[in-house]
Amino acid sequence: MQELSLNVLDIAQNSIRAGADLITIRVEERTADHFMEISVSDNGCGMSEEQVARVKDPFFTTRTTRKVGLGVPLFRMSAESTGGSFDIESKLGVGTTTTARYFTDHLDMLPLGDMTATMTSLISVNPDLDFIYVRSVDDQSFTLDTRELRAVLEGVPLNTPDVLIFIRDMIDENTAALTV
Amino acid sequence: MKSLEELKAIRDKMKNTVNIREENSDKIRVVVGMATCGIAAGARPVLSAFTEEVAKRNLGNVTVSQTGCIGICQYEPVVEVYEADGSKTTYIKMTADKVAKVVTDHLVNGNVVKEYTVANM
Repeated sequence: MQELSLNVLDIAQNSIRAGADLITIRVEERTADHFMEISVSDNGCGMSEEQVARVKDPFFTTRTTRKVGLGVPLFRMSAESTGGSFDIESKLGVGTTTTARYFTDHLDMLPLGDMTATMTSLISVNPDLDFIYVRSVDDQSFTLDTRELRAVLEGVPLNTPDVLIFIRDMIDENTAALTV
Repeated sequence: MKSLEELKAIRDKMKNTVNIREENSDKIRVVVGMATCGIAAGARPVLSAFTEEVAKRNLGNVTVSQTGCIGICQYEPVVEVYEADGSKTTYIKMTADKVAKVVTDHLVNGNVVKEYTVANM
């Protein structure tokens, strides 16, 4: 993956396959500490302790079309190679939270990349699911919650082209305002 | 800054047109592979390009959706086009630049872009 936003897009697919209908993506930065945390949490089917232990193994996958599952190992590697850390917390029937922590001043830190494109891609092909996107830099933060948009839209789908453009511009404007 | 007032205006404009989209039965489905292999190979800009191109041309009969890994990772980004009659075309090694041609030739005019398909490998 060339940028972390692609890892986020990939990890969110696991939440979708787990049958989640609410997926929360947080990207939180503390500039003074050169620290960034990315987490993807869902209310999907969750995993057993055994599955959580095995999911970090690239040669474990629940899929049958192929024998490798690289999504989680790649995300983990992106964090650990900056001296950061990686966790998966999961409970059967409750959901899963995947967290990656980064030291942003490390040589191997990848760019965060286009999170707006990741969020609009997720919403455009999953208009029936809800997404919360929290982006914070130090004490400033922006939250997009599709449940709030859905309430305003009164049945007009979230993936209507004009709505997607609105969402894209809303994320871009608000997150640009966060970075000084 | 975008406001929810602006979203309300979009909603009111769309409420009239949504019904037209739903009534259109000649559905074409564009499915983009969005597993790890697809995403790493560049599926996200391909998906965005399809969404934008379909919106720009106002193709109410086309839906753009996603799927997982279909097992031909070496040919990603892979895009499958399902037509109303059930026929399927598999486009491989897609890029955002190739999307306009697929939309114009295939989705609008019904001519498969053979040089981008898996059959051409």
